[in-house]
Amino acid sequence: MDMPVPSTTVLAQKTRIVKALRKVLPRDAVIDDPAETRAYECDALSAYRCAPLAVVLPRTTAEVAAALKLCHEIGVPVVPRGAGTSLAGGSMPSADAVVLGLARMNRVLEVDFDNRFIRVEAGRTNLSVTGAIEAQGWFYAPDPSSQLACAIAGNIGMNSGGAHCLKYGVTTNNLMGVTLVTMQGEVVEIGGPYCDAGGLDLLGVICGSEGQLGVVTEATLRILRQPEGARPVLIGYASNEVAGACVADIIRAGILPVAIEFMDRPCIEATEAFCHAGYPDCEALLIVECEGSAAEIAEQLGLIRQIAARHNPVEFREAQSADEAKRIWLGRKSAFGAMGQKGDYMCLDGTIPVSSLPQVLRRIGEISQEFGLEVGNVFHAGDGNMHPLIIYNANEPGQQELCERMGAEILKLCVEAGGCLTGEHGVGLEKRDLMEVQFAPEDLEAQMRVKDVFDPAWLLNAAKVFPLHVSAARRG
Amino acid sequence: MRVTRESELADVVREATGPLQSIGGGTRPVGQGGGTALQVAISGISLYEPGALTLIAGAGTPLRVIEDAVAAEGQRLPFEPAAWNALLGTTGESTIGGVVAANVSGPRRIQAGACRDSLIGVRFVDGTGAVVKNGGRVMKNVTGYDLVKLMAGSWGTLGVLSEVAFKLLPAAPAQATLVMDVPLAQAAKVLSQALGSQFDTSGAGWLPGVGVIVRLEGLADSVAYRAGKLAEVLAAYAPKILRDEGAALWRDLAEVKPLQGARGDLWRFSVKPSEGPEIAARLGGKVVLDWGGGLVWARVAEGTDARALAAPYTGHATCLSGAFAAFEPEPAPVAALSRGLRARFDPKGLFNPGKMG
Repeated sequence: MDMPVPSTTVLAQKTRIVKALRKVLPRDAVIDDPAETRAYECDALSAYRCAPLAVVLPRTTAEVAAALKLCHEIGVPVVPRGAGTSLAGGSMPSADAVVLGLARMNRVLEVDFDNRFIRVEAGRTNLSVTGAIEAQGWFYAPDPSSQLACAIAGNIGMNSGGAHCLKYGVTTNNLMGVTLVTMQGEVVEIGGPYCDAGGLDLLGVICGSEGQLGVVTEATLRILRQPEGARPVLIGYASNEVAGACVADIIRAGILPVAIEFMDRPCIEATEAFCHAGYPDCEALLIVECEGSAAEIAEQLGLIRQIAARHNPVEFREAQSADEAKRIWLGRKSAFGAMGQKGDYMCLDGTIPVSSLPQVLRRIGEISQEFGLEVGNVFHAGDGNMHPLIIYNANEPGQQELCERMGAEILKLCVEAGGCLTGEHGVGLEKRDLMEVQFAPEDLEAQMRVKDVFDPAWLLNAAKVFPLHVSAARRG
Repeated sequence: MRVTRESELADVVREATGPLQSIGGGTRPVGQGGGTALQVAISGISLYEPGALTLIAGAGTPLRVIEDAVAAEGQRLPFEPAAWNALLGTTGESTIGGVVAANVSGPRRIQAGACRDSLIGVRFVDGTGAVVKNGGRVMKNVTGYDLVKLMAGSWGTLGVLSEVAFKLLPAAPAQATLVMDVPLAQAAKVLSQALGSQFDTSGAGWLPGVGVIVRLEGLADSVAYRAGKLAEVLAAYAPKILRDEGAALWRDLAEVKPLQGARGDLWRFSVKPSEGPEIAARLGGKVVLDWGGGLVWARVAEGTDARALAAPYTGHATCLSGAFAAFEPEPAPVAALSRGLRARFDPKGLFNPGKMG
């Protein structure tokens, strides 16, 4: 992946820039020692690395505003960073950029159970939002796999999803308001603890804008009461087609499980070898989870059993205890780790219409043969959000590129099937050069106009999302 | 002017020399601007996959056509959009594009989200006449900026919608309504107790002459169980439990029946739910509460600035009929961003100029 040539003017001014940043920020909030800035050279797309010019770690919205205003005046690019867990390279720096990290802004500012929201500083981790309210029986619904580490700021940047969004929606459906600092250093309050925007839905376009419109420093999030209980079932099938048909029938039947997860044979075998969850020997496996009281769960699972039976499952296993529930989830939750035992892996997250699942899986199998790289599929079947894991060896010359080419083929396939390049990870650097597969020039132009309004100088994370040749004129 | 195809719409916009006022069915004439009326009659369902819970339709498709089609498969639009004909005294037929442009959401908004939360794709013609698509037909999509949300509730000021795509939900086989004869002054407490319970309420409001109503939906046994449990939680307010016959109350709430045909200007306030009942009391006269108290509908004497009566409130007001500009002025930095977006999407200032500010 290409990055723009760093500005020599900015690089030459490093000392001056750092000095100026130290004037407006506390001393310990500015890092310029190359030994320390290296810690920020990449995110979870670790194949791409570049140490930034400097790193700032503000503690308040005012400090964020001061840092951005200064960078804007001098013309220094800024790359915002939540917890650095982006799988798409969303917070990968450039050599001439200041990384603005939000890790120190992690306080809970307000909890209001009567109005069902929590207001937090955006550097707070996803899981610790729930952590602040779970003792009272509440939770924050979006649950990306990285929820222990990832920050709300990054969740908002990428509009993160998770396993339970079939019922609860993704970040944008649970975000009520933000404090946004623009690149010019202006602090803007958008939304709040009430429904819908009074004017244009700016919140809707800020969520998922990949840190290109401003830096979110505070967020008002919708919170929900924890259900009384939850219980999974495991259903094994002899083919992907039949498993796919079962998913469609469950949805059509009017049951809305909180999660429908799908694993194919390569993934089942890898997880069995890795953690011995006791999964059946089959081509496709579904894990369906229902929530509610014991009686409500029984009612839903009864219907699911009937539907599953119509498709002749090789296995139907209902968790009878907490321990059995845990074992059903064990393999699914270990799937990435298990695939990781086979080598390095690249995880894609294209979404497809649920109806084209069998064809897309078959074609992925063929692509895997053509490229000679193994691929396992584990994904959120209820909403068609795939997660093909391509296994390769990063130390073998040429394999990284081969894997990326194969990934691109799979993502093009998702778009051809009526889907999209990314369902929850974001475009970032990783999928930037594929955007023209999904969008016509007018579509990208309309999106870039939004950035023109928020960040006219194109200084915020500007080398991401839009192919470089498409954004070239704007980036200057 | 009436257009039936997207290409025709694009031509009209490209050749326009003066303001255009885009309309769907003309049933929600809020904040009227001037200009040549442009009726979007691009109609028809182009894709409906019940197994994938997705539907795509032309923006001019009547809402009723879509509701009938999905109901035939046991599904529904999650956000419960309602007609405002009786409320606003209009005669046209609500279109799905109009619903999106106004981001119309009914009582289920508190559980299933607003119209914008179910909207997964749009096609629209921008102010230069270019056809733009965003989102698509899949439920999870973070590819590029989310212009889908931006278009919802933009009242046709950024572009004219030609096509919209939704995620649907299964229609609930059963429902129950708890009715509590509670005065407005006590409503906040009851509503927050109901919504803060574990029993997954899909509607919560207050109707004059009825009191607080709370809805539960889902599978039959589950609804019966939760209605019983919630009635225990709210026992102090002596709830009556209605089954299917409660549905009429929710239609009344969605269509704001108590304020239909009444005299006076019509306002709505979207506020912090716990503030709703107090705001309603300050407004006086006929009021209705939806969204757990977070949506206040009110009729006030003609020419009254209801915002002055309602203050202080955390949220925003819309004047649906009356002498005031429909939309509350936004704080300067937000207004500047909105103005910037309108100028970029509609550089010639064609679309409903002045409608939103």
